[in-house]
Amino acid sequence: MKSLLAPGHRGCAGCCDAMAAKFTLMGAGEDCIVINPTGCLEVMTTPFPETAWDVPWIHSLFENAAAVGSGIEAALKALGKKGNTKVVVMGGDGATLDIGMRSISGAFERGHDLTYVCIDNEAYMNTGVQRSGATPFSASTTTSPAGKVSFGNDRPKKNMPAIMVAHGAPYVATTSIGYPKDMINKVKKAVDIEGPTYIHAHAPCTTGWGFDTSKTVEVAKMAVQTGLWPLYEVEEGEVTKVRKIGKNVKPVEDYLKMQRRFSHLFKMEGGLEEIAKIQALADKNIEVYGL
Amino acid sequence: MAPENKIDKEKMVVVEGSYAVAHATKVCRPNVISAYPITPQTHIVEDLSQFMADGEIPNCEYINVESEFSALSALVGASAAGARCYSATTSQGLELMHEVLFNISGMRLPVVMTIANRAVSAPISIWNDHQDAISQRDTGWLQLYAENTQEISDMTAQAFKISEDKDILMPSMVCMDGFILSHVYEPIVLLEQDLTDEFLPAFEPEHVLDPKNPMSFGAFADPNYYTEFRYLQEQAMQKSLKKIEDVANEFYDVYGRYYGGLIDEYRTDDADIIIMAMGSIIGTIKDVIDKLRDRNVKVGLLKVRSFRPFPVEAIKGALKDAKVVVVLDKNISLGLNEGALFTETKSSLYNTKLDMPIIGYMVGHGGRDIKVDLIEKIVDDAKEVIKTGITIESQFTDLKEELL
Ligand SMILES: Cc1ncc(C[n+]2csc(CCOP(=O)(O)OP(=O)(O)O)c2C)c(N)n1
Ligand code: SF4
Repeated sequence: MKSLLAPGHRGCAGCCDAMAAKFTLMGAGEDCIVINPTGCLEVMTTPFPETAWDVPWIHSLFENAAAVGSGIEAALKALGKKGNTKVVVMGGDGATLDIGMRSISGAFERGHDLTYVCIDNEAYMNTGVQRSGATPFSASTTTSPAGKVSFGNDRPKKNMPAIMVAHGAPYVATTSIGYPKDMINKVKKAVDIEGPTYIHAHAPCTTGWGFDTSKTVEVAKMAVQTGLWPLYEVEEGEVTKVRKIGKNVKPVEDYLKMQRRFSHLFKMEGGLEEIAKIQALADKNIEVYGL
Repeated sequence: MAPENKIDKEKMVVVEGSYAVAHATKVCRPNVISAYPITPQTHIVEDLSQFMADGEIPNCEYINVESEFSALSALVGASAAGARCYSATTSQGLELMHEVLFNISGMRLPVVMTIANRAVSAPISIWNDHQDAISQRDTGWLQLYAENTQEISDMTAQAFKISEDKDILMPSMVCMDGFILSHVYEPIVLLEQDLTDEFLPAFEPEHVLDPKNPMSFGAFADPNYYTEFRYLQEQAMQKSLKKIEDVANEFYDVYGRYYGGLIDEYRTDDADIIIMAMGSIIGTIKDVIDKLRDRNVKVGLLKVRSFRPFPVEAIKGALKDAKVVVVLDKNISLGLNEGALFTETKSSLYNTKLDMPIIGYMVGHGGRDIKVDLIEKIVDDAKEVIKTGITIESQFTDLKEELL
């Protein structure tokens, strides 16, 4: 399959965002228009006068990609050019869960025919690894650092897929760049469904999380295998498919150990209790989704 | 020489200013309208919504967004996808759009937006002044100010033509005084569809988001490139000076109506005192001038239609024989104790051979009436300045001392 994201962009070695974009385009196909808010993906792919995008692409601002997408969809309709063209937004977790929330909510409530893919690397990577609403419990970031009296981020991840389900989106799915086929197929399915569809892709960032550049996919898989990141599909509000882990379920400790952002948990007094809390989050997912 | 304004009385109808704008927008055949309601802009978007509901705007999508931020953001996408785009807002709504305003002009998207000018909060005020638009003066939008409802209607069509010109491609704010023009009923000639089709061709963008010919819009520019983008924006602004004049004349050729190009002058020929202002206050000033002329006071008016681009040369030409210039501003640049028109006018005359006193008054904030006697008093002040020179350069006037 031809890659619609050209090599030679300026992402870090082992960049998760580049993989996520590539897989999204594989699912969406050539006949699409991409909207990309501010973030790593935008900056690394379009240093003027170069561009890595082989599809029409627009960046506007950090917080308005879904609204820009609404406008594109409306324009295509008004001009009689909608045809089969897919409108696809690719936004980071910051752009999606935090600053862009209002415009996403508006676009989904209005029912625009677009697919929103959140590329979730669990922090604001482009500005230097600050916490976002998607940063997991006890992760150390530059604005939620571990310290003498802190285990890092003291809040669990915001459940964005559930919020999108609550918007009445006909299709909401979680995926991970550790499972390319899963991601490509889900994007393919999403873009073919009429109306606003949402895909939340887990995307481990080598630079921000602190692991070797060759391990992006391995870390991604581990998040799924521990139950911390369940893969499921929700159609018309009902969970229709879940990726089972079964007996291969791994302890969260194995996942946390791979990453610098959790290393304090293994050194600080009380760290083990924090790890136990994270394990409880995974156990809950395993129970709720029947992983 | 300014052509004579021929208003066809037979065709006149009495409509609300907002309706005039909505109707003008409709006959301009927009493809995407996106707006969020805010007083006193609401009647415009309600009228447009009714036109949509009645199927009167073909090939158009109306996006009922959740905020002004998204209203303008949607037009970023729609305009880049090749649509003729329209919005309307005011005050807090316009301020909420701030970041997107830069974005639209930087991407050279020719969006047209009506501003029903209103004061900004705090304290909250729904009434008219120009602080909202003036606060956005450096965002790279053209800013045109209308005197009455006929002009705001006609300016709407002119704005599309100016903005969409291939040499310009800069967005426009078409400004009308909130309530004073947006809610007033006046007899006007509505824009006709056939004449508008003749005047305003379909928008044909050279660059569009098209899967058959992929392009990237809004890339990031490092220091090797950014300056040139800004330079080109300024070049387009400078070119729009002539374009605004040309389009005013082209409009006259088709419809027979003319309100000036970048500026308009009233009884300035032999004027010692020239009053400068923008918007609906112009009508009041004209009345005062007529009255004072009867008393042999040599006073004239310079109406500024285009605040951005700022018509430096036209203003210099109009002011060259004045003995004193009086600038009325419905806004203030806090910290300078001056209104923006005053500041810009002063700076335009610096480094020229023109050397006359310029005095500024900040009037009409938050909808305070600007009455005939106030303008007469200001003219009296100006007469004093001719005799004795400037004592105060710029000042608030009509203050209620008991509240201070
Ligand atoms: C209004 C505004 N606030 C802040 C920023 C600075 N900023 C740029 S990218 C970014 C974080 C992006 O994070 P995310 O969306 O998670 O994408 P990532 O870079 O992690 O892929 C921030 C805070 C901005 N561009 N605009
Ligand atoms: S910081 Fe992370 S997301 Fe950003 S370019 Fe590097 S690897 Fe990719």
